[in-house]
Amino acid sequence: MTVVSSQTDPEALTLTFVAEFNANVERVWQIWEDPRQLERWWGPPTWPATFDRHDFVPGGRSSYYMTGPDGEKARGWWVTTAIRSPEHLEFDDGFADDDGEPTGDLGVTHAVVTLEQVEARTRMTIFSTFESADQLQQMMEMGMEEGMREAMGQIDRLLAEVRA
Amino acid sequence: MVVYESVSDETDRIFHALADATRRDIVVRVVQRGQSVSTLAERYAMSFAAVQKHVAVLERAHLIVKERRGREQIVHGNPDTLRKATVLLQHYEELWRYRAQSISDILSEDVTVKQEGES
Repeated sequence: MTVVSSQTDPEALTLTFVAEFNANVERVWQIWEDPRQLERWWGPPTWPATFDRHDFVPGGRSSYYMTGPDGEKARGWWVTTAIRSPEHLEFDDGFADDDGEPTGDLGVTHAVVTLEQVEARTRMTIFSTFESADQLQQMMEMGMEEGMREAMGQIDRLLAEVRA
Repeated sequence: MVVYESVSDETDRIFHALADATRRDIVVRVVQRGQSVSTLAERYAMSFAAVQKHVAVLERAHLIVKERRGREQIVHGNPDTLRKATVLLQHYEELWRYRAQSISDILSEDVTVKQEGES
C-alpha cells in the first residue's frame, strides 16, 4: 500500500485521500461491497465496526455499530447515493440512535470513492465533505486517545482566549 | 489547499507545542499582535534563551511565523494552523491512513492463500 497524496481544505471541510493497492479494481471493490470485509477496516483502531445491514445498491441503506474499548456502542448509517461497479461509489454517512435511525443534529459526511487501474495496481481516491467542524470533532472523538482529547480542549480554550 | 506530507508528525508537533502553558500564552499574545522575541522574553520569569526555545517549538508546529525586522525578530500567530478544522481534518486523514493499511492487510491475505494453495 502506498499513500499517493492527501489534501485537506479547512475552508471547505474536505479531505482528498489517494492510496494505491497491489490488487485489481474488482478485488478492491469487494472490500467495499462485502460487509464482512468492510467491517474489518471501517472502524477506528479501538472501535471495530459491525455491519448489520449493507444494501449496496443506489438508494440502499446500510447500518452499522462500532464497539468502543469499554463495550459502549456508537451507531452509524449509510445511504448509497450513486454506484457504478466496480469503479465509482458515493454515499452519505452519519450518526444513528440505538434503533439505527439517523440523528440529524450533527449532519452527514458525503464520500465519493473512485477506483482506477494504474499499471498493475488499483488507485483509490476518497473525497470526503463534512457539513460542520462540530460533526468532524464528534466523529474524531471516537478512537481518539485521551491526549488527543485534551489537546482539542486546549485548542478550544486557546481560541476562546484569542477571541476575548 | 494545504498539502501535508506527514500529517501524524504535524499533528504531534501541534499538540506537543500546545501542551505547555507558557507556549499557549505566547500564542494568545502574538495572535492578537506581532511581538519581538525580546518583548516576549520580558514577560516571563525565564531566560531569553528559554523563551527563544519555546518560540522555536511553536514555529516548528507552524503555530507562529517569524519575520525579521531590522535587528529584531517579530513573532506572529498563524491562524490557519490554530483553526480547529485544520487539526480535525489532519486527524481524519490519519483515520484514512489506518484504514488504507487495514485494507492492504486484508488484500495481502489473498496472496498468502494463493501461495498456500499452490504449494
